[in-house]
Amino acid sequence: MSDLTKLTLKAAVDGLKARDFSSEEITRAFLANIETANPRLNAYVLPTADKALDMARAADARLAKGEGGPLEGAPLGVKDLFCTDGVQTTAGSNMLKGFVPPYESTVTANLWRDGAVMLGKLNMDEFAMGSSNETSAFGPVVNPWKSGVSNADLTPGGSSGGSASAVAGDLCLAATASDTGGSIRQPAAFTGTVGVKPTYGRASRFGMVAFASSLDQAGPITKTVEDAAILLRSMCSFDPKDSTSLDVETPDWSQSLGKSVKGLRIGIPNEYVVDGMPAEQMELWEKGQAWLREAGAEIVEISLPHTKYALPAYYIIAPAEASSNLARYDGMRFGHRAAEAKSLTDLYETSRAEGFGKEVQRRLTIGAYVLSAGFYDAYYVRALKVRRRIAEDFDKVWDRVDAILTPSTPSAAFAIGDRQIDPVTMYLNDVFTVTANLAGLPGISVPAGLDKAGLPLGLQVIGKALDEATVFQVAGALEDAAGFVARPEKWW
Amino acid sequence: MAVDVATVRRVAHLARIKTPEERLEPLAQELNGILAWIEQLNEVDVEGVEPMTSNVHQPLRLRDDVVTDGNKVADVLSNAPKSADGFFVVPKVVE
Repeated sequence: MSDLTKLTLKAAVDGLKARDFSSEEITRAFLANIETANPRLNAYVLPTADKALDMARAADARLAKGEGGPLEGAPLGVKDLFCTDGVQTTAGSNMLKGFVPPYESTVTANLWRDGAVMLGKLNMDEFAMGSSNETSAFGPVVNPWKSGVSNADLTPGGSSGGSASAVAGDLCLAATASDTGGSIRQPAAFTGTVGVKPTYGRASRFGMVAFASSLDQAGPITKTVEDAAILLRSMCSFDPKDSTSLDVETPDWSQSLGKSVKGLRIGIPNEYVVDGMPAEQMELWEKGQAWLREAGAEIVEISLPHTKYALPAYYIIAPAEASSNLARYDGMRFGHRAAEAKSLTDLYETSRAEGFGKEVQRRLTIGAYVLSAGFYDAYYVRALKVRRRIAEDFDKVWDRVDAILTPSTPSAAFAIGDRQIDPVTMYLNDVFTVTANLAGLPGISVPAGLDKAGLPLGLQVIGKALDEATVFQVAGALEDAAGFVARPEKWW
Repeated sequence: MAVDVATVRRVAHLARIKTPEERLEPLAQELNGILAWIEQLNEVDVEGVEPMTSNVHQPLRLRDDVVTDGNKVADVLSNAPKSADGFFVVPKVVE
């Protein structure tokens, strides 16, 4: 039998349903890949082999009776941000090492309801704060892709670097991920995979370790646009346990694929060009426009004038929300508690200094600063006003366009260690993705080409709130036209 | 609005993160780098703009005021660094 681990999620689910192979077989194949690859790629922080095989056998029993959900028997990876009942969940932090949730996140509960099999928990930047997976307490994830001009280990991006690396390296059929400023779409772009952040409120945040609650959304990283449509549908649901969950129907987005984009109006924002962006990324963006034009779409030049202010506003809002969310880690009820302290305050401060890594400490300090007396209006309130300006930019163009096409990232994957000199340089990775978080809009990154060094580059489609259908339709057309079939050469 | 060492010390305390003296100066420099970049928000005309705290265009749902969960002492304590007799054990708060 051909290599089961190279299948798409769609092909695997169909094959399982047709009983061409069993869930146990494909699960064992992935577990073998993980065993070989993980010492090099570091994508999983916790493989759960026994649990995976138990779940696979249960799925096989259901499939044998002709039963089973839409993901029955499909082995998936889970970002270590989703609480999994009885399975350690750390969010990539020493603060939560040894934390075993006594409950399941709604997103993962939905996957198990639909028959999926959990292969393990995936590495990530600590508390999802990072763009290169280098802030993880478990060490950086390595990108399966190598540049043609250097043998250096490359970052898979972040914060969902483990998810992206595992999908690109055939260590799972698909993976869950989360996106606060670009943490699904940037790693997808860096690894030649597809990543979707749905409309804010589509996927429940219950049981997702919180970073910045007004921005956090779960979504999938997959090999194809169709796989993303399938997995996202399972992940999304209305959830009374999340006060911001939207009480709306979850459509079958795979129905949008293959639909012609003829007549669709695609916006090209003038402002999505940044200094130092490689010519290849610009060329790919132009190619994307040409593909959609050839497929019958109308290309419309638009302006989103507040784009350049999105990242600075984000670096006030996200740290402010984080400083509030992460106040719960005080070493009292769960999480790391320092062994010795002189007073209660000293115990809080020492526990947090020991438990949090450098980038998390930096962001919590910024957050406390912008919320502190005397600075609250100048920084925090101003950022919230700018946020509205950014959202209004989008509102103003939706009567002229149906979706927006942009590059996913300003560059291809970079070497581990390359951007650590200056935090702001690292933050610029999210320049094209963060606007969709601030405005709550759906966005997808689709692999669309390779740069001169042979590394994947992505294009992003942003849509109207709750209009993932058009986003998938356009993404499908881009995928068809790009014909992106390149895979990383196995070196691990 | 440059941040000095005294401010960093105060803010680190607000954030309840113990920061060694030798780390304060480098942290001040990092924060100043980030804040200098953030300063560009002052260019935006935000006159009369309502602060945007949420993306959700629906009023917050209310639920019936009834108990729907509970009686999970063992679950609640299962990750406690220290517990005894169904309680969290914490250091002495009042001297």
